[in-house]
Parts: sequence; C-alpha cells; structure tokens
Amino acid sequence: MTAAVVVFPGSNCDRDLAVAIESIMGRKPNMVWHGETELPAGTDLIALPGGFSYGDYLRSGAMAARSPVMRAVVDAAERGVPVLGVCNGFQVLTEAGLLPGALMRNAGLNFVCRDVELSVENAQSAFTSRYAAGETILIPVAHHDGNYTADAETLDRLEGEDRVAFRYTGNVNGSARQIAGVLNAAGNVLGLMPHPERKIEDAHGGDDGRRLFEGLMELVSA
Amino acid sequence: MKVRIVVTLKPGVLDPQGKAIHKSLEGLGFGGINDIRAGKVIELDVADSVTDDELDGMCRKLIANTVIENYRIER
Repeated sequence: MTAAVVVFPGSNCDRDLAVAIESIMGRKPNMVWHGETELPAGTDLIALPGGFSYGDYLRSGAMAARSPVMRAVVDAAERGVPVLGVCNGFQVLTEAGLLPGALMRNAGLNFVCRDVELSVENAQSAFTSRYAAGETILIPVAHHDGNYTADAETLDRLEGEDRVAFRYTGNVNGSARQIAGVLNAAGNVLGLMPHPERKIEDAHGGDDGRRLFEGLMELVSA
Repeated sequence: MKVRIVVTLKPGVLDPQGKAIHKSLEGLGFGGINDIRAGKVIELDVADSVTDDELDGMCRKLIANTVIENYRIER
C-alpha cells in the first residue's frame, strides 16, 4: 500500500489523515505538495484532507481543484485508484468535477463543529465494505460549507445508482436529502464532509471512522 | 480594458446569505423587500486582445461554478 496525502496551502487535517492511514494501514503515506505534477510511483490510494485550502478564496476548494497535482489525481482516479476526499477534500473533488454537485454555505450560516450521526447507505463500496447497510455511526463534522447541493435529476441519479454513501440522520447543514457523502459512478472516489480520521481510537471518543480505512486496506492490498 | 463579471446563484438554489441580509435589513426597519440574492463581482483588467470566448472560458473554468451559479460578463 502506497498512499498519498495531498497537501494544499491551508490544509490543516493532512497530518490527522496521515496518522490514521499509518496507524490503521501500517505504512506512512507520502505527503504530496499541491505544486507537484506527478504522484509518487505506485500510489494506490489518494487522500485529500480537510482544511481551508487557499483560504477558501472564490469558493471552497475552487483554487485547489485547479492546482497542478490535481491533474495527476484526476488521471489516477480515471485509472481506478481509490480517492478519498474529507471535508475540504470533498469540496475539492466536486470543484474538480470528480464528483457531482457542490457544497454551499451551511443553511444556518453557522460553522458546525460537533459529532453527528450518519447512516451508512451503501455498504458495498470499497470505502464502506466494513460497515453494515443502514448502520448508524458517530463521526465529527467541522465545516462552514457543507450544504450539499445538486439539481433534482442528479440527486435522483445518485440515489438510483446507490451512490449516496452516507446520510446525516438529522439536518446538520441543509444538505439536499441529508447527503453527507457521495461516490463517483465507478465507486472509486468518495467525498464526505464528516471526518472519519478523527474517530479512530477510544481516545477520540469512539472509533467509528476506523473501518473506512480498514476496508480500503483490503482493496489496496488485494 | 476593464471587464466586470457578475456571478449570481441560479434561481432555485437556496441562498442563506441573501436571506440573512434580508432579515437584517428588516431588523433595521426597512420594509417592502420581496427577496434578496447575494452574488459576487469580479473585476478584471485585461488586454484589448482578450476575446469574449476567452472571458467565457475563464468564467466556466474557474470564476463561476456552473453547478450552482450563473455569470454575466460586462465589458
């Protein structure tokens, strides 16, 4: 397993993701600066961290999505390499066109920072295979722009194709159909607003995020 | 040449910021406001040789997110 954590100027969860990947998957990921034009050879998992890349200028994730490394990320995603985007990483994935929809300002306008309950909607994907469909888990969110928006046709398609990975069980930020995380059509790209890397051991107050990384390990070592 | 790009949320897209401004103005005693939509204005100073097509490309590729926003180019 050779994971890459992409670091943008303003990322602030890159080290948390690296710690989660190393402790669960057993190998230190490569930290890849946004200005790189290639990913390290053999990269078989890409993680885009949370934070405030480029100070959220223009729109959250807009600048990061156009940074040099993202061309390599898009190429890898198209080859089937799993790509995980957490929080700002999810915003970057939608801005880069790897996932549909957009993440707008929270409907209540407040920054939301607390544990939220999620239901696992699709337990078949590479990211969610260690969960049971319909299971509820507790994962923290910390965001200002997590209000998932897409037109009705896109939302219907996402639901019809079983591409909603996680849903909030209550209204957290105004997201359409309470969507917390979505998959791409091929199932190898997941974006989610909640932070699974912040719930991987008892000291975090729970380890519901752990199984996401454990599931991925099966995939990349297969 | 100065170019002004006006980015607005598409009709139907919820605009919590517009709603907050609306509520605040009413709180200040202003009445008769039917609706408020917040957007942004980006001003560019570009060479005269920059074409409409190029400006349109700038909007589609970066300045606006056409999933949720419309844009208007004023030159």
